[in-house]
Amino acid sequence: MTFLNFFINGISLGSIYAIIALGYTMVYGIAKMLNFAHGDVIMIGAYVCFYAISRYKLPAFVGVIGAVLICTILGIIVERLAYKPLRQAPSLAVLITAIGVSYLLQNSALLMWSSNPKFFKPIIARGAFKFFDGQLSISHITILTIATCVLIMIALSVFINRSRLGKAMRACSEDKGAAQLMGINVNATISLTFAIGSGLAAIAGALLCSAYPTLTPTTGSLPGIKAFTAAVFGGIGSIPGAFLGCLMLGVIEIFAKSYISSQLSDAVVFAVLIIVLLVKPAGLLGRMTQEKV
Amino acid sequence: MKRNKTKLVPVPSKAMIPDRDVARAPVLECINLGITLGGIKAVEDFNFTVGRTEIAGLIGPNGAGKTTVFNLLTKVYQPTTGTVLLNGQDTHGMNTVQVNKAGIARTFQNIRLFKNLSVIDNVKAAMNNEMKYNMLSAILRLRDYRREELAAHHRALKLLSIFDMQDMADLRAGSLPYGAQRRLEIVRALATNPSLLLLDEPAAGMNPSETAELMDSIIKVHEMFQIAIVLIEHDMSLVMNICEGICVLNFGHIIAKGTPEDIQSNPAVIEAYLGRKK
Repeated sequence: MTFLNFFINGISLGSIYAIIALGYTMVYGIAKMLNFAHGDVIMIGAYVCFYAISRYKLPAFVGVIGAVLICTILGIIVERLAYKPLRQAPSLAVLITAIGVSYLLQNSALLMWSSNPKFFKPIIARGAFKFFDGQLSISHITILTIATCVLIMIALSVFINRSRLGKAMRACSEDKGAAQLMGINVNATISLTFAIGSGLAAIAGALLCSAYPTLTPTTGSLPGIKAFTAAVFGGIGSIPGAFLGCLMLGVIEIFAKSYISSQLSDAVVFAVLIIVLLVKPAGLLGRMTQEKV
Repeated sequence: MKRNKTKLVPVPSKAMIPDRDVARAPVLECINLGITLGGIKAVEDFNFTVGRTEIAGLIGPNGAGKTTVFNLLTKVYQPTTGTVLLNGQDTHGMNTVQVNKAGIARTFQNIRLFKNLSVIDNVKAAMNNEMKYNMLSAILRLRDYRREELAAHHRALKLLSIFDMQDMADLRAGSLPYGAQRRLEIVRALATNPSLLLLDEPAAGMNPSETAELMDSIIKVHEMFQIAIVLIEHDMSLVMNICEGICVLNFGHIIAKGTPEDIQSNPAVIEAYLGRKK
């Protein structure tokens, strides 16, 4: 029964990673860049949510919606100012810029909100459903997290696969030049991708801090890195891949924490990642690109 | 005697517009169009007019600047000199997307389909501008989403059926045979509702029977949509058979313009292709 408990906690943690990883993988798929500032957008979202709920006593859902709006705008602004001018630049320059943006956001947060940890009030009441005479307990936030993740996944795959903007996004990810010549506005599509990714990051921030309530300006960076890792693990650029990779990473992390050692858990997680990538370099569901010669 | 008369038409000439078009403005007018790429004048003094329902050919040896002209027309490159009028409207300062909205669609010399999208999604991706529903209705599948997607679906199937490709609609575009990929590019270009269709070597790599089929399809498209078509092509039988006017480029300059008969007997053209007679 404890096994099942750990498993569900792992799925829940993986769901948070999955929501974060969507932002990484979509941006990578379409703009072909790694947005390392994504983790810090999570942190900004969590702070907005924190201030809305704890300081201004707004209802939780208002806080989350506010965080989503602010992060969406932040995502678009960051893309416009930092990445758009580098559209033609080598990918290394964009990568360094992304790391720069990441530090900028972290340090701005440090200036605005200081390094003192904030205690994040969960977005739904604490408590748990108990099964089998209390042997299995699933907290509300766990259920909310998993449900949110599933909902987002379904909505997003419908959007990407069936809608016109989704088709535009997939077209851009394959060939920006051709897409442009077919009347698809590539810049708007990239902005949209950043907007969606950052909006989702805000939701992830609220869920993450509800489960792990200490909020500091560096809260977002480690989950960000892990979600990115999981996205690579599942095959970067592929949304189902990111989903699968994140769930697996979450479960592995919780198991490693529970059965091996909580200090070693990250080492175990990354060791598994290395092994998977040695066997399948494109990730679990990644497509190997074949060059025609 | 006759040959000398039709040699070199230096300015945009109404002669290239078929009779039925003369009353209306040409769909495309290039005036002194030129571009310098890396210090080399890739195209210079390009004066070219295409009538509203004309099929024109753009031919010339490799490296003559034919694809560069297409890139100029679609604003992949911004021209350094000259003007492009599309339906009488100056395209100066427009970007690729705006030019496409204004009515130019093209295919590519090396096929550039969205390979991992299905055939029908390739066509629908090109209809992006037609559909207006927003993100929320896409996620919640509201009525305007369903209505517009259904309309687009039907139109895409109809376009595919011109090339007998409706049965391939759900296949992955990259998995199609070569000839079908070339045809799909034309369908995708047509999906953007162009008034001018630019085909960059549509018959490249095709065998004679495929080329003949393609020729029929181009004529069919031309008759169905009543649009202007400019094609770059090395297959002379195709060019001479379907083009009403031909423009020959060499080293970025127009060396001849005229009807297929004029071009075939034009000494400058023969020289460009075969070298000077010794």
